[in-house]
Amino acid sequence: MASNNNIFDPVKNLKEIEEKFEMVQILNENGEIVNSDLDPQLSDEELVELMSRMVFTRILDQRSISLNRQGRLGFYAPTAGQEASQIASHFALEKEDFILPGYRDVPQIIWHGLPLSKAFLWSRGHFVGGQIPEGVNVFPPQIIIGAQYVQAAGVALGMQKRGKKAVAVTYTGDGGSSQGDFYEGINFAGAYKSPAIFIVQNNQFAISTPRESQTSATTIAQKGIAAGIPSIQVDGMDPLAVYVATRDARKRAVAGEGPSFIETVCYRYGPHTMAGDDPTRYRTTDTDTEWEKKDPVVRFRKYLEAKGLWNESKEAEVIEQAKEDIKAAIKEADGVEKQKVTDLISIMHTDELPYNLKEQYEIYKEKESK
Amino acid sequence: MAQMTMIQAITDALRCELKEDENVLVFGEDVGVNGGVFRATEGLQKEFGVDRVFDTPLAESGIGGLAIGLSLQGFRPVPEIQFFGFVYEVMDSISGQMARMKYRTGGAFNAPVTIRSPFGGGVHTPEMHSDSLEGLVASQPGLKVVIPCTPYDAKGLLISSIRDNDPVIFLEHLKLYRSFREEVPEESYTIPLGKADVKREGTDLSIFAYGAMVHESLKAAEELEKEGHSVEVVDLRTVQPLDIETIIASVEKTNRAIVVQEAQKQAGIAANVVTEITERAILSLEAPVLRVTAPDTIYSYPQAEAVWLPNYKDVMATAKKVLTF
Repeated sequence: MASNNNIFDPVKNLKEIEEKFEMVQILNENGEIVNSDLDPQLSDEELVELMSRMVFTRILDQRSISLNRQGRLGFYAPTAGQEASQIASHFALEKEDFILPGYRDVPQIIWHGLPLSKAFLWSRGHFVGGQIPEGVNVFPPQIIIGAQYVQAAGVALGMQKRGKKAVAVTYTGDGGSSQGDFYEGINFAGAYKSPAIFIVQNNQFAISTPRESQTSATTIAQKGIAAGIPSIQVDGMDPLAVYVATRDARKRAVAGEGPSFIETVCYRYGPHTMAGDDPTRYRTTDTDTEWEKKDPVVRFRKYLEAKGLWNESKEAEVIEQAKEDIKAAIKEADGVEKQKVTDLISIMHTDELPYNLKEQYEIYKEKESK
Repeated sequence: MAQMTMIQAITDALRCELKEDENVLVFGEDVGVNGGVFRATEGLQKEFGVDRVFDTPLAESGIGGLAIGLSLQGFRPVPEIQFFGFVYEVMDSISGQMARMKYRTGGAFNAPVTIRSPFGGGVHTPEMHSDSLEGLVASQPGLKVVIPCTPYDAKGLLISSIRDNDPVIFLEHLKLYRSFREEVPEESYTIPLGKADVKREGTDLSIFAYGAMVHESLKAAEELEKEGHSVEVVDLRTVQPLDIETIIASVEKTNRAIVVQEAQKQAGIAANVVTEITERAILSLEAPVLRVTAPDTIYSYPQAEAVWLPNYKDVMATAKKVLTF
């Protein structure tokens, strides 16, 4: 067995690295703190606020799905199951931080200040939905998988050059971690030691492709190691673990210690998008049921109820508020003037339009006046 | 014969070629168990096994590079790019690498790759999914670009594309996938690449079109017929290389021509067709050759798509300008 005496043992190296990536959990699925050393000790108000946002987001998901089915929303990528990964990571951010979301990450940018009506207009495919209000530090949801990762490296480098005490935060999924842009983004930010947080919400399926087929790596978190940046895998159904990982990553970033990488292990309950994806073709209901037991909202509810911070009437209040806000936002979106081709021509260039667009503007103006 | 939609005809073509040639491999994002997001590869993994029909990790550039590498091992790759709007991620593999495989090895290697991808618009996809980027690939020497507009043509052209020994970009119009059925033979057959199809004969005007715009052009021709104009409609079918012979013969017969494309005016195939006509048949022309296109913006957001996309009325308006010039 000569191979046992080899000096180089890359197999052992890989195994050692992979063993180091244990999924960090603070709050288990029964709503009990299992790692009190890491408990962020959020105040009662903060705990209630985080819970309220998660409940709101769950309702937003349910309403968005039904609005989509009624034809009152366009493109929609369901978020239920990912509330801890999305909302608790966002909870660790500050207003001056800049978010580059994937197309499923609409809740984070709403909580960062994007008006709900804009999110609905974006879903409907109206350019006003992409007009981010001044002072709201977000980019519209990215469609091209992984493109936001390289851009986040750029935003982070820019913040660094401007001497800002802020971070660029970007999200993708397990599928996105296969795209070239993903590696380029984490590597660039690592090379420049830029203030970025790269979050992969590993929701187990890239449309139909299971996580195991996506990569041979045991964890996605270990991919960050190759870029030389601190990386962690957390229970993405555990709001406290996600919060702590993001909070610490932010601290390091603003202290000039460079980027961090967080893999949140989670699940999307719904289809990939509302445009015809049928999860029963590639997932079993057994798997769905297993994951539903880990539900982030359920476990956080249990935790807060045990602390006497949450009850049915409080939850009903949040649900009512969510429904009202959604109704108002839809009304506002409905009130926005119908989009015209002349609008599209007008937003093509920052400065003067070239001759072709000037001519075409006149042609469509006439068409639209009929 | 069976009644098939275009998507069924495409699946059928893939099935024929997977059966015909053991070197044919079908792969891409979600093409396996899921059968592709449009179900173009429905049932193929089950029938031919995971060795022949397989999912890739999510990376368009990876899919392109993989196809090149598999070509070097003697395979005949038929990768799918889920939406042609995502093609920019794989442009180096397509234009930088496979288009010049034969050239830079002096013929030692070739890349018999057929990239299939849905393109075009009119189905309210989210942004960056729909687009007409055929001009982007057609402007790259070394690539053939094929665009069917009927189920029958889709099957025959796809089989020819797969059998072609150099890279072919095979673009499937999103709106035509399930818009109608027609008789499609169940056995294998080919339609030569680079051959246009005269869909309708006429003597007063030639309309050159491809993809979904062939159907708008046919509709316009029918309307114009009612007004006493005899209009010829030519489906280009292969937009690179063009079927110059058929195009010029048609112009020499009708003396008037328009070119219809769904792509933006600055971006598509039409400019090339117009130039070829003026270079080769200027003395036959009784009027300038005009284009019907989308405006030069980024592809429309879904809410303005219906106005943004050219339709038969736009074709009629431009046709009349040329007819009355």
